[in-house]
Amino acid sequence: MSATATSERPPVDREHWLFLLREMLRIRRFEEKAAEMYSLGKIHGFLHLYIGEEATGVGAMQAFAPGDAIVATYREHGQALVRGIPARVLMAEMFGKATGCSRGHGGSMHFFDASRRFYGGYAIVGGGLPIAVGLALADKMQNRSNLTACYFGDGAVAEGEFHESLNLAALWKLPVVFLCENNLYAMGTALEHHQAQTNISAKAGAYGLPSNAVDGMDVLAVEAAAKQAAESVRTGNGPFLLELRTYRFRAHSMSDPDLYRPKGEIEEWRKRDPIALFEARLQQLGLLSPADLAKLEADVGAEIDDAVRFAEESPWEPADKLLDNVYGPAKP
Amino acid sequence: MTKLTYREAVRAALRKALRDDPRVFLMGEDVGGYGGAFAVSHGLLKEFGPERIRDTPLSESAFVGAGIGAALGGMRPIVEIMTVNFSLLAMDQIVNNAAALRHMSGGQFNVPMVVRVATGGGRQMAAQHSHSLEVWYAHIPGIKVLTPATVPDAYGMLLAALQESDPVFIFEHATLYPLEGELDEAAAEQMDISRAAVVRPGSDVTLITYGGTLGKTIQAADQLREMGIQAEVLDLRTLRPLDARTILTSVAKTHRAVIVDEAWRSGSFAAEISARIMEDAFDSLDAPVARVCSAEVPMPYAKHLEAAALPQTDEIVRAAQEMVPHHG
Amino acid sequence: MAEFLMPQLGADMSVGKLLGWRKKVGDRVQRGDIIADVETDKADIEVEVFATGTIEKILVQPGEKVPVGTALAIISEEGPSPGAGPVPPSPSPEHAAPTIPSPAPLIPTAPAPPAGGPRVHISPVARKLAADLGINPARLSGTGPGGRITLEDVQHAAQARTAEAAPEEKIDRAARMRQAIATAMARSKREIPHYYLSTEIDMSRSLDWLTGENLKRSVEDRLVYGVLLLKAVALALRKVPELNALWIEGKATPRPDVHLGVAISLRDGGLVAPALHHADRRSLDELMRDFRDVVQRARAGSLRSSELSDPTITVTSLGEQGVETVFGVIYPPQVALVGFGKIAERPWSSEGQIVSRPVITATLSADHRVSDGHRGGLFLVAVNQLLQKPEEL
Repeated sequence: MSATATSERPPVDREHWLFLLREMLRIRRFEEKAAEMYSLGKIHGFLHLYIGEEATGVGAMQAFAPGDAIVATYREHGQALVRGIPARVLMAEMFGKATGCSRGHGGSMHFFDASRRFYGGYAIVGGGLPIAVGLALADKMQNRSNLTACYFGDGAVAEGEFHESLNLAALWKLPVVFLCENNLYAMGTALEHHQAQTNISAKAGAYGLPSNAVDGMDVLAVEAAAKQAAESVRTGNGPFLLELRTYRFRAHSMSDPDLYRPKGEIEEWRKRDPIALFEARLQQLGLLSPADLAKLEADVGAEIDDAVRFAEESPWEPADKLLDNVYGPAKP
Repeated sequence: MTKLTYREAVRAALRKALRDDPRVFLMGEDVGGYGGAFAVSHGLLKEFGPERIRDTPLSESAFVGAGIGAALGGMRPIVEIMTVNFSLLAMDQIVNNAAALRHMSGGQFNVPMVVRVATGGGRQMAAQHSHSLEVWYAHIPGIKVLTPATVPDAYGMLLAALQESDPVFIFEHATLYPLEGELDEAAAEQMDISRAAVVRPGSDVTLITYGGTLGKTIQAADQLREMGIQAEVLDLRTLRPLDARTILTSVAKTHRAVIVDEAWRSGSFAAEISARIMEDAFDSLDAPVARVCSAEVPMPYAKHLEAAALPQTDEIVRAAQEMVPHHG
Repeated sequence: MAEFLMPQLGADMSVGKLLGWRKKVGDRVQRGDIIADVETDKADIEVEVFATGTIEKILVQPGEKVPVGTALAIISEEGPSPGAGPVPPSPSPEHAAPTIPSPAPLIPTAPAPPAGGPRVHISPVARKLAADLGINPARLSGTGPGGRITLEDVQHAAQARTAEAAPEEKIDRAARMRQAIATAMARSKREIPHYYLSTEIDMSRSLDWLTGENLKRSVEDRLVYGVLLLKAVALALRKVPELNALWIEGKATPRPDVHLGVAISLRDGGLVAPALHHADRRSLDELMRDFRDVVQRARAGSLRSSELSDPTITVTSLGEQGVETVFGVIYPPQVALVGFGKIAERPWSSEGQIVSRPVITATLSADHRVSDGHRGGLFLVAVNQLLQKPEEL
């Protein structure tokens, strides 16, 4: 399939489009607040922000049903929010509180939610891919029609687990949508410095699975491509590799001085800010008034403020529960 | 009572598990058509079909990771890794994912996966197929490590492992596969895997071992008996979680301990046992704890060199003799 | 009013050096603007502001190094910006002191020895025993590797000290044992109506067989004739099981297992009769091993109390002392006692001829409340028959 097959615009659907905008705004404001809380010493450890990549997270998730499984990376705040895990529970997790989605045991990089089949943020690059293959295998062996959505970055493409997993999923015709969020940098190393073949979607050919690449700054294009990929998987064609071409506006993590990217490059990409682009398009089409936008911002702001308040007021996990979740009971 | 080999005992347990629980399936390199590198799964493909007896590509990381995913998705995978040396290719999945998932998800997810790994030397397989790296896994909280050394344990431990809600690693010492023994299935199906076994009672010295060196250790105890030294032999059976109580109770009685471990001495499981004895039974000791381990060398190929590298019965006898009064 | 703080810029950052201001007092700043540069151990990082307003005051000058959280500037805010207000401090989790219980020791341990004094080369368990017994280990010489004082060295020292320094105690022990024997025997003679039987047994077959058997064996594996007697008694009890019983609460209770009590006289006087368990089911070799073991331990004083209470019948042999015939006193609550004298060459009638044969006298003392002479006689006959077929023992 060809790259950026986005010429066909879907029909106008104001309610859904405003929803997409709202979801992207939720991620943007949540991440900005997380950065602020980090600088205030409320959040510790590593914090990898999703700012700039909101369209990939929001667009792709529209293709997945509640029964589908989600496997994400350490830059998973966006997917977690869009999947429906409340912002306050995520913020509490980053504060290290007992009310967090992983009871404060995971932190920013390890969000989990069993009730939403959100199988977690994996912080070893490429480590989530084999797990996604196994989840899909379990669904297939139990005759469930679910698929597994597996997010990873361009850096993971260099790992053996990427190749092993694509091969295994294709070999066994497993229902996995592999979603590569290609933001052009593996931490600080540019794609052309770590890949001989920079066209990631082309790598699917080696394993005989269908693939596509799409402009990751265009939420509607991402949504359409993801639905196409999911449809292909659901009809029993085996796995699909979808490359989402995007860019992160912030440094890799809070301790990253961002010395490896020309400032001009960042400025160029900022002109393609997925939220600004989508707002502009909606306004152009007369679907979004300034009042609508203000209302949206106020709602989102309130949600994020509530998340911080909740995280702040939440209790710490008692230290005597330290060892509670190392082993479970036998005979489950 | 049935008389059968260790290999047949593992196969019998696999067959029972596959029959009893539709969630159970076996995957690994050459477990299907080939029948398993050690012929453990011979015949199972024909009986259970390719869906449940899955040959995998040579992708240890992917198929162990897929086992984790399948366990998360409600299956009961049994993953076979051909040798412990190959398991290193899957160590990321094992340590970073399988062992950590329950904890880092705040208790929401668990990984009921069983991984069977052939281990150990003694077959002239040289420096990339012969090592005993069980201790690396026994180091990791979140997984359980079993080392069946007998026919009943080969059968019962696999079935018990499938009852666990956490990832369980079963290390099968490759020299044990042809070992014959008596199996009482009903008794083995009820076995407690949390306890070390006192294989031979004795009063003068405790010989502590697991897995492939149990036979040599029992031989040593027999020879010691002829010399008038009553050696107590402990088979640890499970390395994690460790049954320290049985070890300490025995040492409190004998005042002396020799640990026999096929791994290299430095950083070995023998080192861990020795430290536990020092920490918790110091005032019971009448002699420093002794260790009989493999020579610190990647395993050589030639038979006589391999024999020189591995722990042998006479070394065990000598170590025990030296610490029992008037027998040194 | 908002404070612009030295930010945390990485997990390992505790202080930062302000490199420079990009804004000055009076400048308008907007949330997200880069307004300062900070040097951390890792890198120089541009620092953004999270408030919108005007810089009112600059508190830290370029070149200064300050801890994370230090106010660098004061910003007067224009209206409320969502969520930009200061967040109240929350209690640090460090204060919630972790209370992970340390596991209790699995077996009790003794306190460490007091420091000071010359270092004595002694094993931990020997040190502990020496401390318990009040023995100064510095006076002991070790027999362990490298001259280490072992548990056995301390035990020997304790025995020697007992022998030298505490003769009264030794007398006491012998006297106590005498007293216990006195009580048991007096009770036996008071309560048990004894009857006595005896028979002479030709030992030639047994001794011939034993000689042949021992020729095949190494010195340490050789059998003594006493073991044949024990096995014969144990097997004969199967034929007359009422002799293998205990008198409890006014009636005889037959015992399913045969545990022979073997009378062993101790060097310092005194007598014990520890059990050879399941003597009827043990091979001669096993019985020999068990017998050696209990004799050795009886003399070392390390019998278990159960071994003294387990016997279901007692066997006493006084042949070594030159005794010809033993008429024993039953050890209650047992109901019988078997005695053997010495083996002596005697004239013996065999197939119409008088020949010389090694003969032993076997006796039975039995409780008449439980058995009578007829049954007792059958028992002695059985013993005799068994000793004529030693290869089947």
